[in-house]
Amino acid sequence: MVAPKINLDKDMSAALQQKVQDAITQNTPLNICGSGSKHFLGRSTQGECLSLVEHRGIIEYDPRELVLTARAGTPLAGIEAELANAGQMLTFEPPHFGAAATLGGTIACGLSGPRRPYAGAARDAVLGCKIINGQGEILSFGGQVMKNVAGYDVSRLMVGAYGTLGVLLEISLKVLPRPAASLTLMHEHSTDESIRYMSHLLTQPMPVDAACHQDGHTFIRIAGSEQAVKHAQKQMGGEPVNDASAFWQSVREQQHTFFSSLKPLYRVMVKPATPALNISGNWLLDWGGAQRWLLSDEPLSVIRERVNAAGGHVNLYRNHAQSGEFFSPLPGPLFDIHQRLKLSFDPHRIFNPDRTYSGL
Amino acid sequence: MTVTKTEIIPLTPSQEGLIKSLRDLLPATAVLTDPEDLRPFECDGLSVYRRLPLVVVLPETIAQVQAIMRLCHKLQIPVVARGAGTGLSGGALPLGDGVLLSLARFKKILNIDPHNAMATVQPGVRNLAISEAAAVHGMYYAPDPSSQIACTIGGNVAENSGGVHCLKYGLTVHNILMLKIVTAEGELLTIGAETLDSPGYDLLALMSGSEGMLGIIVEVTVKLLAKPERAQVVLAAFDDVEKAGEAVGAIIAAGIIPAGLEMMDRLAIQAAEDFAHAGYPRDAEAILLCELDGSNAEVSEYILAVREVLNRSGATEVRTAADEAERHLFWKGRKSAFPAVGRISPDYYCMDGTIPRRHLPRVLRQISQWSAEYGLPVANVFHAGDGNLHPLILFDANKPGELARTEEFGQRILQLCVEVGGTITGEHGVGMEKIDQMCIQFKSAELTQFHAVKAAFDPQGLLNPGKAVPTLHRCAEFGAMHVHHGEVKHPELERF
Repeated sequence: MVAPKINLDKDMSAALQQKVQDAITQNTPLNICGSGSKHFLGRSTQGECLSLVEHRGIIEYDPRELVLTARAGTPLAGIEAELANAGQMLTFEPPHFGAAATLGGTIACGLSGPRRPYAGAARDAVLGCKIINGQGEILSFGGQVMKNVAGYDVSRLMVGAYGTLGVLLEISLKVLPRPAASLTLMHEHSTDESIRYMSHLLTQPMPVDAACHQDGHTFIRIAGSEQAVKHAQKQMGGEPVNDASAFWQSVREQQHTFFSSLKPLYRVMVKPATPALNISGNWLLDWGGAQRWLLSDEPLSVIRERVNAAGGHVNLYRNHAQSGEFFSPLPGPLFDIHQRLKLSFDPHRIFNPDRTYSGL
Repeated sequence: MTVTKTEIIPLTPSQEGLIKSLRDLLPATAVLTDPEDLRPFECDGLSVYRRLPLVVVLPETIAQVQAIMRLCHKLQIPVVARGAGTGLSGGALPLGDGVLLSLARFKKILNIDPHNAMATVQPGVRNLAISEAAAVHGMYYAPDPSSQIACTIGGNVAENSGGVHCLKYGLTVHNILMLKIVTAEGELLTIGAETLDSPGYDLLALMSGSEGMLGIIVEVTVKLLAKPERAQVVLAAFDDVEKAGEAVGAIIAAGIIPAGLEMMDRLAIQAAEDFAHAGYPRDAEAILLCELDGSNAEVSEYILAVREVLNRSGATEVRTAADEAERHLFWKGRKSAFPAVGRISPDYYCMDGTIPRRHLPRVLRQISQWSAEYGLPVANVFHAGDGNLHPLILFDANKPGELARTEEFGQRILQLCVEVGGTITGEHGVGMEKIDQMCIQFKSAELTQFHAVKAAFDPQGLLNPGKAVPTLHRCAEFGAMHVHHGEVKHPELERF
């Protein structure tokens, strides 16, 4: 017997707005919470929990428009299931990092999965949002259309701001059809061979939609029409991988055995063709070499110096003290603009203070 | 909408001081003050707004831009940045008491890096020149606004320009990695990074489409893509505009994302055909151009699928371009639609609203009804894939009252776009032109937030003041004007 489906959709905007207004009056900082699946990211923040989990539900989804609008507390898994029913998907293949992960948390943290270099990041998919700002006002930016240049792009500014600029209430996303076919091909490569190969593929008209290197193997996922995949397989060679979706799932969710270590995990961002960096530790290269995961006991200062010298940036990701520095430091004048922007949205510093940087 | 202020006003001593200081900072040929030299800078692509700037500067190094900005900051002189001047919303309209800063001399392609799929260029490099330079590596820069032979990348970033391929490949914001900007204070900042993301807030998104209000763009790093093996265009004719609109949704529902999906109505088809001889069916009520790209086999597969969808949607004719030459010809007709319409009417006014696609039939019906009411013909050119409408209202500015009627008509179209859940500007920007319509799209609190964002970058409001975001005072006046049947109450007043 199938259990009756319980509709949990609820618009909590008014109650949330009231809580923000109370927090302003009482000068109490708020810690904006979803399911808590991304709590480990960033610095810890003081403040009372402002929970978004009851503010949920898909508000509008018409597959022909390629746009989905949902409340921030909507579980990501539910959104993905709804899209899959219509043969569509989120373009940026977001990691969940927990079964109850919400859309709001995903967008606030700006997380994107293996498809990111080829299909765009979370911020690229965002078309519009509704927020509560630090004055307790409900504001809408962007919209539900692909092209919109009216006003500053505040919607995308919210992506990866970790809730420091406002409470996300609703988000509109561009979605796309799922590829008709997909295949993962494996090659045996040293790290540098792999980097060269993955970088070479950027110059080729191949339907690559994920590329990863770990422990002597390069995994290239191709996706598109049946014909596109067949054609690319012929041209690229390599060993087809069985059960590839489980592999990519493990990379996306950091459940691959590589991530089981308790050493500090660093996220190293470099230009994709950057040769292997001389930093001791274990590496997993994702995003075609543009996003490199490093497990290392080297001091952060040494790692940062070498990554910066290669023109990249690095931040701690897992297994770190959340009181310390998390993101790469920003140059002074740029940080000043960040502070002024923060205050322009949140003049009383109510939202997630210090979550990203001390002083934001 | 016309702002004509070209009379010569004697300079104040402080203005003379500014010009002298600029001459100290820059080579003699880089400071223009003679009215004849200023004339080419009096307007952008929206030539109904014209005004001579106080002075034009043409720096060629970042250090010079910084020096100019420091000076203007010290003297509190407003600065308007300008690229190629192809913008369509008056965003580069000069200020009579301000400096017009042209980036025209920043023309160098600094680096093409195929292995990292990026190119770094100066802001005055033309959009198409980037793709031309990358072609030797089999790569290109995806956004392709119709003006791509002339418009520059700095302006593209400032306007977040689109093009006919943005449904599949995105807008400028999706195709840039890093910017160097000079702030109102003259500080050089790097926004974004050569990596796929950068620490801190997404200022790259904020800069895209900011219309010169937040900083002066002095360097741009763009993403390059591998050129698809093959691109092919299918042309479909319809005896009914609504059927064509339905077909657009049907193609997308079939799981196909075309590289380009464009629609033109009868008047636009005929004008384009007369102009470009593209081989369009002149008796059709609407045509769709559907471009598919990818590997050879993939494109063939998609063409079959698209043809089937089009036939099922009631197309009266479905034609696949016979060869590359015919494909280019099909596109030439579309890309020259604006000048083509320009030939059949003394003036035209190009609108730029975006709507959720499902409302297309309703919006087109309403436009055609208003067209009859106002006695002003409309040619519709439509980026159908992404819901971006360009109704071109045909009028004659020399006929008394016709410009005002055209504006009123245009304003109603934009209002309708907002009503159905769309926007007043899909890709041309707000600039000077749509500043009042911003009052329709946004509430006071939202506009106030925009002003606060600007102040975070430019506390004194020296960068392109008066554009893109209206003051609340202005909106109050505009709202009051609405009550009076859209008639402008004080036409003698400058509308800033």
